[in-house]
Amino acid sequence: MLIDLFQKTRDSSMRMKGEEEKKPTKVCKGCGAELKALTFGKNLYVCPVCGRYSRLLARTRIRFTADTDSFHELFNGLKTLNPLEFEGYTEKVRELVKKTGMNDAVVTGVCTIGGIQTCLGVMDSHFMMASMGSVVGEKLTRLFEYATEHELPVVLFTCSGGARMQEGMFSLLQMAKVSGAVRRHSDAGLLYITVLTDPTTGGVTASYASLGDIILAEPHTTIGFAGRRVIEGTIGEKLPDDFQTSEFLRDHGFCDKIVPRNQMKQTLTALLSMHQNSAKGKKGR
Amino acid sequence: MASVKEKLQIIHDPKRPTIDDYVNTLFDNFIELHGDRAYGEDSAICAGIATFAGMPVTVIGHRKGKTTEQNISANFGMPHPEGYRKALRLAHQAEKFGRPVICFVDTPGAFCGVGAEERGQGEAIAKCLYDFMALRTPVVSIVTGEGGSGGALALAVADRVLMLENALYSVISPRGCASILWKDASREIEAAECLKITAQDLYNFGMIEGIIPENSIMKNVKKALTFVLRELNLQNDIDEMLQKRYDKFRKIGVFQEINQI
Repeated sequence: MLIDLFQKTRDSSMRMKGEEEKKPTKVCKGCGAELKALTFGKNLYVCPVCGRYSRLLARTRIRFTADTDSFHELFNGLKTLNPLEFEGYTEKVRELVKKTGMNDAVVTGVCTIGGIQTCLGVMDSHFMMASMGSVVGEKLTRLFEYATEHELPVVLFTCSGGARMQEGMFSLLQMAKVSGAVRRHSDAGLLYITVLTDPTTGGVTASYASLGDIILAEPHTTIGFAGRRVIEGTIGEKLPDDFQTSEFLRDHGFCDKIVPRNQMKQTLTALLSMHQNSAKGKKGR
Repeated sequence: MASVKEKLQIIHDPKRPTIDDYVNTLFDNFIELHGDRAYGEDSAICAGIATFAGMPVTVIGHRKGKTTEQNISANFGMPHPEGYRKALRLAHQAEKFGRPVICFVDTPGAFCGVGAEERGQGEAIAKCLYDFMALRTPVVSIVTGEGGSGGALALAVADRVLMLENALYSVISPRGCASILWKDASREIEAAECLKITAQDLYNFGMIEGIIPENSIMKNVKKALTFVLRELNLQNDIDEMLQKRYDKFRKIGVFQEINQI
């Protein structure tokens, strides 16, 4: 399984090379090509044969985005509870915590990108498809509040299946909570860049993922509000392949730019550097 | 008190009051305003200006009908992006003229379709949350029937959120939840119970400010609106009101906090 390649403990999170060398070849889920794990990793987990983008673990994404050793994790003491006593939820979370080494589906912190101090949040689809419950909502809200207080920009890599059903209304209201914190950050004149990654859907699309000053996306990413199958059920016909892709979003005016993975860091750096004095005329850092 | 199963029946009763009943009974001089000034008109959202006890207000609500025909024309209360953009346009108009905004929530959810995706359903809802959170005029929201997920929340970021006694407000339709959990949509009652979506549940979670009894819906809604509007109008400091609105949503969430590593 491709996913096994990404399963690392927290300790080894930033240094995966040794591990990768030990792994056998991987098979691309898109075209079936056999790839050497090391080569695949060096290619940022984009298949060199068919160009398919693999979903990244949050820590891998951070390694590709933040300057070396600059990432300082924040708010990692928050743990998921089961407010509705939803059957099987506690067990599922416990199992995923063990498997992924994360407390929930988002990693938040502060780092430098191209030397610029930035708050960074990365959602991780390996944890319950990055659905948004109380912990995800609280960590992101704190990240935006921290960024507002310290006059820092926020870069957020989103992916999500939507609000987390198992937390019921607690998860739905996180949409309003995070959006409120984004609003305050924006009102302070600060920059928020959203990067939509595969898949960004449901309540996350209908809240902070759509609220960036600048919205970037990885190529061929699924982005939408309603699920594809739900819509197919409603209209009773098959939808075209490019429906709800990042390209579809850009063409309909809801995404500023599609950025290949190997150009993401330089694009973010360029954007961040052009907003360094943004806090309402206050001097930058 | 009605069971969840009974509540599901009560809120789907074709005789249950709709937005048109509320605007005609509780308000005077209602003038409906149309269009989002960008794409089109969405009849799934009813919005306009009226007076409530002599005070000008902006009213916005999901529209359902009593007959199949009316329901088809209102898309069964499921708005498209232009509906949410119309709602927001009129909310900003209310802000400009210092009118309170009163929202009536009753929707199975935002519409799921090709056009809705093409025109940015996600962005339209997100923008509602983002702007209502900072709208510099009092906002009251009443969930009168179905509060269906993000499509309901878009009109429920308010200083006071109230629910009718039998109204339900959920992150996912019980039917959708059952089909995901058990691959069996017919177990919706069971799912509805698990999800804790009644007005009484939400009140106990601290998510809403009040429950309106249904022994006489119109009379009680009027009484509740009079009360909360008076409370909000007494609040002269808008920044303080916005801080309270923010704090209200800010505190929602259940988690454990251990020392940071």
